[in-house]
Amino acid sequence: MAEIVKKRPKYLNLLEIKLPLPGWVSILHRVSGAGLFLMLPPLIWLFGLSLGSPDNIETFKAITGHPLAKLILLGLLWAYLHHFCMGIRILLLDMHKGIEKAQARASAVAVLVVSLALTVVLGVKLLW
Amino acid sequence: MVNPNPRIVVGAGYGLKDWLIQRVTAGVMAIYTVLLALFLALYGDGFEGWRAIMANGLVRFITFIFILSLCYHAWVGIRDIWMDYVKPTGIRLTLHVLTALVLLGNAGWAAQIIWRL
Repeated sequence: MAEIVKKRPKYLNLLEIKLPLPGWVSILHRVSGAGLFLMLPPLIWLFGLSLGSPDNIETFKAITGHPLAKLILLGLLWAYLHHFCMGIRILLLDMHKGIEKAQARASAVAVLVVSLALTVVLGVKLLW
Repeated sequence: MVNPNPRIVVGAGYGLKDWLIQRVTAGVMAIYTVLLALFLALYGDGFEGWRAIMANGLVRFITFIFILSLCYHAWVGIRDIWMDYVKPTGIRLTLHVLTALVLLGNAGWAAQIIWRL
């Protein structure tokens, strides 16, 4: 009997496959995590300025008042919130909650919607 | 005899530990985030209020735990990214080491900010 040899590991061509929505939400978890990691030094710097001398606080205000900085901070706020919501979804999936296809799809949509809505609400409150 | 399951220099750690730590640190950070949001909503009035919150002994204590959790969490997460996309051992090891060093430095820097208050 001929032995069937499966090619493992299997690599998917990311440019050819069509990713379902939960897949996108999942890859955004990775993208947001990587973005937050890369932006840690500027964030810690701003954190230090916000807790520093009056001069530091003036610098903090000048930086965070710049439109480009606001845009970047809004992006990081989204990254944090998306990572947070997706993290909770992962913890629930780990506990075998919502693992049916329909529920898992619904929770993926919820992660996307809730994190975007929170970004708008908190972004307006904190940045503008 | 050839070892059928050779250990790789830049492998994941071969166990449950990293998976579990990723969940535990996530839980710690989630609870901290909600607590800090609550403190900010209650007492975070301007830069003075913000400073008063962060200078509080208990907040400083949990903020330090948050910083350590974040850096360990980021270590596991970023290392997983390198392991998925970077195959040559030398480059991967270099990236692992750089990631760990950057995170250690960040942790020390952030801890120093909260402790000088």
